[in-house]
Amino acid sequence: MNKKRIYPQWFLVIPLIAYVIFFLIPSLLGAFYSFTDWSAYSANTGVKFVGLQNYIDIFTSNKDYVSGITNTLMFTVISNIIKLIPALFLAILLQEGVKGKGLYRTLFYLPSILPFVIIGLVFKSILNYNTGLLNMALETLQLGFLKQKWLSDLDFVWKSIFGVDAWRGIGYVMTIFLAGLNTIPHSYYEAAQIDGAGFWSRLRHITLPMLSGAIMINFVFGITYGLKVFDIIYVLTNGGPGHATEVITTYSYQLYSNGQYGMSTALNTVLLLITLVIGVFVVRIMGKKEVQQ
Amino acid sequence: MRQLANKVLKQLVCLFLSIIVILPFYMVLINSFKSKGEAARMKLSLPTEWFFSNYIEVIEKGRLIRGFFNSVFYAGISTTIAVVTCAMAAFVICRNRTKINNFLYYFILCGLFFPVNYVTLIKVLNVFNLTNSRMGILIVFISSMIPFCVFTIRNFILSVPVELDEAAVIDGAGPLKLFFIIITPLLKPTLVTCFILQFMSVWNDFLTPLYLSSDSKLFPMTMSVYQFFGKNKNYWNYIYADIILTCLPVIVVYLLGQRYIVGGLTSGAVKE
Repeated sequence: MNKKRIYPQWFLVIPLIAYVIFFLIPSLLGAFYSFTDWSAYSANTGVKFVGLQNYIDIFTSNKDYVSGITNTLMFTVISNIIKLIPALFLAILLQEGVKGKGLYRTLFYLPSILPFVIIGLVFKSILNYNTGLLNMALETLQLGFLKQKWLSDLDFVWKSIFGVDAWRGIGYVMTIFLAGLNTIPHSYYEAAQIDGAGFWSRLRHITLPMLSGAIMINFVFGITYGLKVFDIIYVLTNGGPGHATEVITTYSYQLYSNGQYGMSTALNTVLLLITLVIGVFVVRIMGKKEVQQ
Repeated sequence: MRQLANKVLKQLVCLFLSIIVILPFYMVLINSFKSKGEAARMKLSLPTEWFFSNYIEVIEKGRLIRGFFNSVFYAGISTTIAVVTCAMAAFVICRNRTKINNFLYYFILCGLFFPVNYVTLIKVLNVFNLTNSRMGILIVFISSMIPFCVFTIRNFILSVPVELDEAAVIDGAGPLKLFFIIITPLLKPTLVTCFILQFMSVWNDFLTPLYLSSDSKLFPMTMSVYQFFGKNKNYWNYIYADIILTCLPVIVVYLLGQRYIVGGLTSGAVKE
């Protein structure tokens, strides 16, 4: 059989060209322009090389771009912990058999299909200090002392963002765990039960090892999502109060809007480097798994 | 006795979480029928007077029809093109494992992680005269979903027996006939999954149109809503009605294609 003839290379042409031109080249070009003073005004003056100046600015300027970078990393780590652990237990709970499991699954997944912009707007109104549902509910329950300025108090704004993010994301993570749990043979648990294994030891010795595929995919999705997060922060707080909840992507958009294209691409390139390091690591692990099969 | 208590407790946990999920939906829905003043208080009570006209008002003021058709255009066409072409590419990558194809697979896979650099993307679009045009936005959406589609579809093709190809070729089928007549029907589950997931993600996307369209004629629904919110900050009844109308299409797609979503999310992941 002539493989070249029945599997022609031209089948690859369209995706490959689109991917290279509109995905890869902008990233490479971004790395290139991050060493220039490219801005909205350079149409007249031309683009000049400035070496590492943009990166020096990022790490030393008083605009605090560094906190945008650390916030991005912090968001990635914490938002994933907040979603993964409850989602795992929720999936186990549903898997062990609850009446109406299908309905609950449908319902819990529902938030994650909605646009972030919408969720942001809805929670902006729910978390409003004076008229928001949350504060009013607290008051009705005689818990008025728990009322907070959820989106403008520095101590609470990140917690609110994590809360909203979890509201949207837990169902999604849970669904992937559920599919993983479905592939574990029931006999394993029966055998463990006969041996007298309790909940925690079953979790540790059967569920977690058997779930490694689902855990892996949740990590990958979660990490890439966290590093690129934009919509929810842009709509909920727009980086505020002050610059407290700014992340790389929001700074990058701001710089772009101000016409500082060079700085904007430099920040984007920092993000690219972070994802590159993590991505190479993840692809390696996935490649290894494939070899084992 | 203990088992019963356990059951009740589980049911209570699920019910409680369901309420947390539903409450925001309920609040939005109920307030979308209220007058401006009443909606501003955001109470959960039923409206004293039902204003169904809010919806008509919003459709006109918020330019929702235009947004709707823009969204359908972006999501429908970009997803169709991407899924079909990626399926072809994934087929060849999976079946003819030369060094080049293996490399190309991992090369495309990297796109799962990369952030898109919109600033330079605009520059690239400029070269092709595609800035601020529907065509440009469409092409960007197509390129952005290639890694996911190739990855998911290739994983599925692994389970389609090669003997089928051999039999078809012996019967005299060329590559196009082999792929579209013999293979494609077998790929239906994964193609539908990719279509639904990517359709929803384009529908929900906000960042791409935010960077790429300065002309409100090009806005998809998400942008229209946000713009409408910016202009009518105190009219929560209208904003809520707008939100309902924007969410409705994705919710319908979700409920119709639910089993494909759950199956497909995990097809690549949980098999091992």
